[in-house]
Amino acid sequence: MRRTRAVEAWTVEPLDRFVGETGARLTLLMTPAGQVLAQQGFTRAVDVMASAALGAAIFSSTGAIARMLGEREFRALNHQGRHYGVFLGALDASRGKLLVLVVYGPDSSLGLVQLFFEDLAEQLVVAAPEPEVRHGPILAADFERELDESLASLFGR
Amino acid sequence: MTHPYVRLLGQITRVGGVRGAMLVVADDGLVVAESLMEGIGGAAVAALAASLTRRFAMVTKTSAVGELGFLHLQGEDGTLAIVPAPTGVLVVAVGGSDMNVGLARLEMLRIAEVAR
Repeated sequence: MRRTRAVEAWTVEPLDRFVGETGARLTLLMTPAGQVLAQQGFTRAVDVMASAALGAAIFSSTGAIARMLGEREFRALNHQGRHYGVFLGALDASRGKLLVLVVYGPDSSLGLVQLFFEDLAEQLVVAAPEPEVRHGPILAADFERELDESLASLFGR
Repeated sequence: MTHPYVRLLGQITRVGGVRGAMLVVADDGLVVAESLMEGIGGAAVAALAASLTRRFAMVTKTSAVGELGFLHLQGEDGTLAIVPAPTGVLVVAVGGSDMNVGLARLEMLRIAEVAR
């Protein structure tokens, strides 16, 4: 069985359960800025980073359309292909807004993904710890080290 | 004004013991039309019914018994019945343990022929 690879351990159990219920092919949990917290199904770092960046960009650009329509934002989006669909959903956790990008195939469906996304959102909100307060300046060296650590967590290196 | 699909579903909900009926997109598991009693989660039933139908259709296909025509699940407290229409829509009925399954099936088959 595929396992969730996570930068933050509290995300693993809810995501494992979600993937088990929906049969999702790829799942990515990230911030609206595209910073990845957990992934399941990806095998290459470059795919994770590209998907996170594109997912965050989609959410941001559709947010602009939502505001033009007088909505605060769209909570969920779906792009349907012939064989695969991409679902992008947002949830509010204690540490801020999080995005979940899900790629599902013909053995799942939008209805299933939507249904279990509600459960996933609730579980992540409950599991999310309070945000850490950072002391001192953010240094380039720390950024590099944290990025390396995140990639190592996401791909088990 | 009631949507024509909801009026169609009335043919099923009139059957004794039926608590609700729905038209569901088979591929997506999303509700097209529903006529449900309070307390039945339409979206959840639709998503799970579509998933079940897909799996059972694979079973009938691989066991060479032909296309899935009618799915009947009997629980302790009720019944779920599904008829896949050729157009990719599922006709779903939810009822109590007293549901008249035969009559409901007839109405569901009729609707499956016209729902497109």
